[in-house]
Amino acid sequence: MNFEEHAAKPLLARHGIAVPKGGLARTPVEAAAVAEGIGAVVVKAQVPTGKRGKAGGIKLAATPDEARTHARAIIGMEIAGHKVEKVLVEEQMPIERELYAAVVNDPSSKGPLVMFSTEGGMDIEEVAATAPDKLRLQPVDTRRGFSHTDAETLVQGLALGADEGKVADALARLYEAYAAFDAELLEINPLIVTGDGRVVALDCKFVMDDCAIVRQPKVAPAGTPETLTGLEARAKAAGLKYIDLDGAVGVLANGAGLTMTTMDMIRHHGGRPANFLEIGGEAYTQAKPALELLLANPRIKSLVINFCGAFARTDVMTRGVIEAIEALKPGLPIFFSVHGTGDEEAIRVLKDRLGVTPLATMDDACKAAVEAAKISRR
Amino acid sequence: MIVRGTDRVLVMGITGKQGTFWTGRMQAYGTRVVGGTHPNKAGTMHCGVPVFATARDAMKGAGFDVAVLFLPPLMVKEAAVDAIEAGAKRLVVLTEHIPVQDVMYFVAAARERGACILGPNTAGAVTPGECFAGFMPAFNERIFRKGSIGVISRSGSLGVLFCLNVVQAGYGESAFVGIGGDPIIGTTTREALVALDTFPGTEAVVMVGEIGGSMEEEAADYARTMAKPVVAFIAGGAAPEGRKMGHAGAIVMGDKGSYASKRSALEAAGVTVLDTPSDVGAALRARLGH
Repeated sequence: MNFEEHAAKPLLARHGIAVPKGGLARTPVEAAAVAEGIGAVVVKAQVPTGKRGKAGGIKLAATPDEARTHARAIIGMEIAGHKVEKVLVEEQMPIERELYAAVVNDPSSKGPLVMFSTEGGMDIEEVAATAPDKLRLQPVDTRRGFSHTDAETLVQGLALGADEGKVADALARLYEAYAAFDAELLEINPLIVTGDGRVVALDCKFVMDDCAIVRQPKVAPAGTPETLTGLEARAKAAGLKYIDLDGAVGVLANGAGLTMTTMDMIRHHGGRPANFLEIGGEAYTQAKPALELLLANPRIKSLVINFCGAFARTDVMTRGVIEAIEALKPGLPIFFSVHGTGDEEAIRVLKDRLGVTPLATMDDACKAAVEAAKISRR
Repeated sequence: MIVRGTDRVLVMGITGKQGTFWTGRMQAYGTRVVGGTHPNKAGTMHCGVPVFATARDAMKGAGFDVAVLFLPPLMVKEAAVDAIEAGAKRLVVLTEHIPVQDVMYFVAAARERGACILGPNTAGAVTPGECFAGFMPAFNERIFRKGSIGVISRSGSLGVLFCLNVVQAGYGESAFVGIGGDPIIGTTTREALVALDTFPGTEAVVMVGEIGGSMEEEAADYARTMAKPVVAFIAGGAAPEGRKMGHAGAIVMGDKGSYASKRSALEAAGVTVLDTPSDVGAALRARLGH
């Protein structure tokens, strides 16, 4: 789950990292009022995405009047598909140098990776490509953490001069915050050194591990949930993993890998998948509500039901599907592929109750569904 | 990370519904289950084996090599560390939705003690004709038959589909290694590939990957050095960017983790990349010549 800048910065402050003075505003009047108490400010669009500056979502204002004008322009703007509903109004900082600091979960080292660079303000991928000598990486053993001494060692030799100790301090505190809030990414870009020698987080990007939301009840409510379509929201409430796509061939499968592959095969055979919907893991007993959800999508012209049982029993999933079909009597062509745990029983009940025999392979089922979608009258 | 028929297996969370069901299946297939754990049921018997309070007690009371964990997400960290400290050599972590910081914690603990973790979010491992650990339909002869093809999969259900196709094509599996669908896992694709490359009786490897991360690219570096043929499939070519496709690890951000990046890395390393799972038999025949 993403956190917007205004929600992420207080978390840094709680761990002793300095952030600019400021406040959140939802209207131009509120923006002017915040600026009133500060002086020269920067007005920043609050959306869960980067690239705000290039889109015109960040403006400097010398007076409260100017802050109001900028807020009026920015609120309501659309940035990378997100409508701006609020702005962060913050004091302007005297920037001496811009640094980069982040902690990220790293699959290669199977642990946290602390990243630091003296080239702040630009994308870290760009720094890695153009100035790798200015980028320092440190894998961390999460059981031991990342101490002030570790941070000092990491930033040594980067010509930070008198600021080295303060920068190392901020880096160690960043790691603390990362660990405390179950971050999968906590990034300060830029981390600035001011003319008067303060180290301040000018921006902050925080992504919380979705699996840890349950144990972060105090912090999680400040995050921005993913924007969902109507059907996606309905699926989420029912505990189903569903994503709307733009094609006409509906997909119901168990397990993420199999569901993605079903989408791939629909495309391989010249069609377009209408959705991602998987009922793997414990959700395999939810075939009935899952199918009901799919049938609520008017764009679907044909359907592939692809079950490969391991943990998920295909007989249980198939019975759920049959119940939904018997209850709703959908008038659209449905093609089955059923293999794995419970498949003999699943194939028997399909024949008994629906008079249907699954196709031999998922390729056959996907191909048939693509053809059927072209002529379906639904 | 291959389980053997001689391995002594401890089932942590044996008394739960899934623990009970799959312990029975594992025992029927030949897996040497020597005990289980439940914090409050020590001293009782379940599925015909003794229940211990902790893995530490189980190590003293029965001794074991492999721990299989059937536990809810927030209980896994403590149980995994218990098993590692007890001296488990291999752990199969089936649970999905474990907080990633917990995963990194017990993976680090395992690394220090020289233990190996399979998962999290895996369906487990199967060595046909010997045993299985986890929840795979090892007992289904149309899916698992003793043979010479090693299979690696991030996904359980897609792994089942590939094993089915391998058997239908007239081959069998030397071992199936389910590595799991989480972004951070104990055994990577590359590590599983190394294990199968050196596993006796393995003539070729089928590698079933997914979009997201860079594990397939890292595995390609090793595949390049192998004498055995590798056949691969990458799921998720039709997935949109920036969305988690069911598995927490299956997400494309920009070019990173993309289908194109993985496919080109594998092909450059001499791996046969399949367009559809149904082609796996023909690809193996072309590469093996039999």
